[in-house]
Amino acid sequence: MAKGAGQRDVAVISVAVRQEEALTDENEVQLLVDLVNRARDAVGLSQTEIGFTCSGSSDFLAGQAFSFVQTLDAVGAFPPISESHVEMDGAFALYEAWVKLQIGDVDTALVYGYGKPSAGSVRDVLALQLDPYYLAPLWPDAHALAALQARLLLDSGTVTPEALAEVAVRSLHNAVDNPNAVRASADATPEELLAAEPVADPLRASDLAQVADGGCVVVLAAGERARALCERPAWIRGIDHRIDGHALGTRDLTRAPSAAMAAQEVGASSDRLDIAEIHGPTTSQELILQRELGIAGETAVNPSGGALAADTLMASGLIRIAEAAARVGAGTADRALAHATSGPCLQQNLVCVLEGD
Amino acid sequence: MGGERTAVLGVGQTRYSSNRGDVSIAGLVREAAYRALEDARLGWAEIDAVVIGKAPDFFEGVVMPELYLADALGCVGKPMLRVHTAGSVGGSTALVAASLVQSRVHRRVLTLGFEKQSESNATWALSLPQPFSVSINAGAGGYFSPIIRQYMARSGAPDLIGCMVAFKDRRHALANPFAHLHQADLTFEAVVESPMLWDPIRYSETCPSSDGACAMVLGDEAAGDASDSPVAWVHGTAMRSEANNFPGRDEVNPLASRECAADVFGQAGIVDPRAEIDVVEMYVPFSWYEPMWLESLGFAEVDHGWRMVEDGSTGIEGGDLPVNCSGGVLSSNPIGASGMIRFAEAALQVRGMAGDHQVDGVRRAFGHAYGGGAQYFAMWVVGDQKP
Repeated sequence: MAKGAGQRDVAVISVAVRQEEALTDENEVQLLVDLVNRARDAVGLSQTEIGFTCSGSSDFLAGQAFSFVQTLDAVGAFPPISESHVEMDGAFALYEAWVKLQIGDVDTALVYGYGKPSAGSVRDVLALQLDPYYLAPLWPDAHALAALQARLLLDSGTVTPEALAEVAVRSLHNAVDNPNAVRASADATPEELLAAEPVADPLRASDLAQVADGGCVVVLAAGERARALCERPAWIRGIDHRIDGHALGTRDLTRAPSAAMAAQEVGASSDRLDIAEIHGPTTSQELILQRELGIAGETAVNPSGGALAADTLMASGLIRIAEAAARVGAGTADRALAHATSGPCLQQNLVCVLEGD
Repeated sequence: MGGERTAVLGVGQTRYSSNRGDVSIAGLVREAAYRALEDARLGWAEIDAVVIGKAPDFFEGVVMPELYLADALGCVGKPMLRVHTAGSVGGSTALVAASLVQSRVHRRVLTLGFEKQSESNATWALSLPQPFSVSINAGAGGYFSPIIRQYMARSGAPDLIGCMVAFKDRRHALANPFAHLHQADLTFEAVVESPMLWDPIRYSETCPSSDGACAMVLGDEAAGDASDSPVAWVHGTAMRSEANNFPGRDEVNPLASRECAADVFGQAGIVDPRAEIDVVEMYVPFSWYEPMWLESLGFAEVDHGWRMVEDGSTGIEGGDLPVNCSGGVLSSNPIGASGMIRFAEAALQVRGMAGDHQVDGVRRAFGHAYGGGAQYFAMWVVGDQKP
């Protein structure tokens, strides 16, 4: 977005999402065969009509080097395809595909992200994401770091434990209508959640993302091709991502400057946002992000329930984009923001603004 | 190839060696990045985005190490992407960086590939047990040796062609100060007599295990025009992938390789690669892949690639199509950087800045990387003139 020169119109024209608490009888390829077919079939495209394919996943989650090579089988990569992979959330794969579509050589792209975190302990795996010399050897797990961040937030006086519980309750209520939600409740109350013991003080289980296995597939198309294939494309009006420093001691953990920068680059606050799908792996992080992204009271936050309802590492960000695009496509929202995060304590952030015609 | 004209403004490499214990991972990547910026005569502030690539995270035991490297690469407050496409990753990473310029999203992009194999154990990383599948524990050499035998049977190539490639590349490496292996005393006989690891692959026909990083600064047309030193213009870029395992797959000469080459040469307007390309940097981790790729890429007739090796066509001294003047992957293999080194060396050749392994009068050069079970391909053509 840095240059802002004549952008080509690119839209999300099809999405497929699946999340479960644990996919014990299916591997990643089996999971994706169905999702890829659903996403392509919905717009009547075969793989040979897809101009570029890009995916996001993690070898550490799969427990195997080059694990993404297998999932090419779910796409059907013969005849050969123009394809790439990022070791990042699928939202960043979508960004790479969007860039490719901006060049103008191709008009369609297939994007997917997936993960099966149930096979291990995600909070511990993520400790290996830290500075390998000074921080990772201490094995601070992801919940512990998020708790330090939440404590700083509470101590700053801008947020109360009740506010955290209200975020959790809103997620539980919204998740009731989401078939992919692992955790949902129509009648949860803040009082009830606050009565539970903290898991990583001050965070309770209800403040922490609900780990889920799953995947997400998105089809993108440019300009007239999008209109021809889809009744109501969700146009990407802006997409940008930024990263903050890594060392936790150099950051004000109550802020996420990279999220604010990305939101500004895409002009998120230039008009009313009907919905915002925010990738907040904890209630406290969601509140930090709401502030950085400039989410106002009129915007419905995480109508899907968000990561608190089902969080699939390497796909959660892309799922936020899919959830927002689906609502724009269905006409229940005209302008939506979708967000993805990666790294300890919201280090890296991507923001995407989607609009209907 | 549409979009904005793209130029290589700077290249930076570390010395490749089996153990860069003198630097951290951050220190290693910063060394290459700083040299690329110096070469491009640009400062960190003039870089809009960073695209980093490396092979599996298990190779260092760090999950998504780019997060930790954001500070070292001057990336705070900027966009950062991390590419991972098997052995081709260094090439794919350069192509993703190029796409950020071609799309006019950014004006100047820093791209970098690295591996610090001494931090972990690659054989462990590649041998993690998987449910319901029996590991053949053969390593990459064991995977590729039957394919090479198939090539030998098809083409009728003499047995020692692979040794000739290995000897040539190790000789080339002596003129490259960054190369890992500097085997000044190596003889052809010693290559032939080295232990047979995976028949027909001998020890001296395999790549070493290296630490190292390679970086490039890419810029748009205005940035290329503004450069005081020579730049390499990108004439074509292509990536292709195909499934690994299905009946009828030609593993010796994969369709993805042929289609990727046709695409990249088509973009560059090249009809006869052997006549129109002056120097080649291709991904040859096992010696026999030089004749195999020469055929697949269209530099030689099918089944005749080995003749170019035999008659010395691919040597820097006297060859009409010098291949891997840097010493290639056979002389340095920091896996995640190896593809980018091919792309960067091609750029150095057209800029006339390859030092002692410079080939005279290079107008157009070809950079190549492959990965997985010879199923991932990344290629580019660079030239001294604008496309």
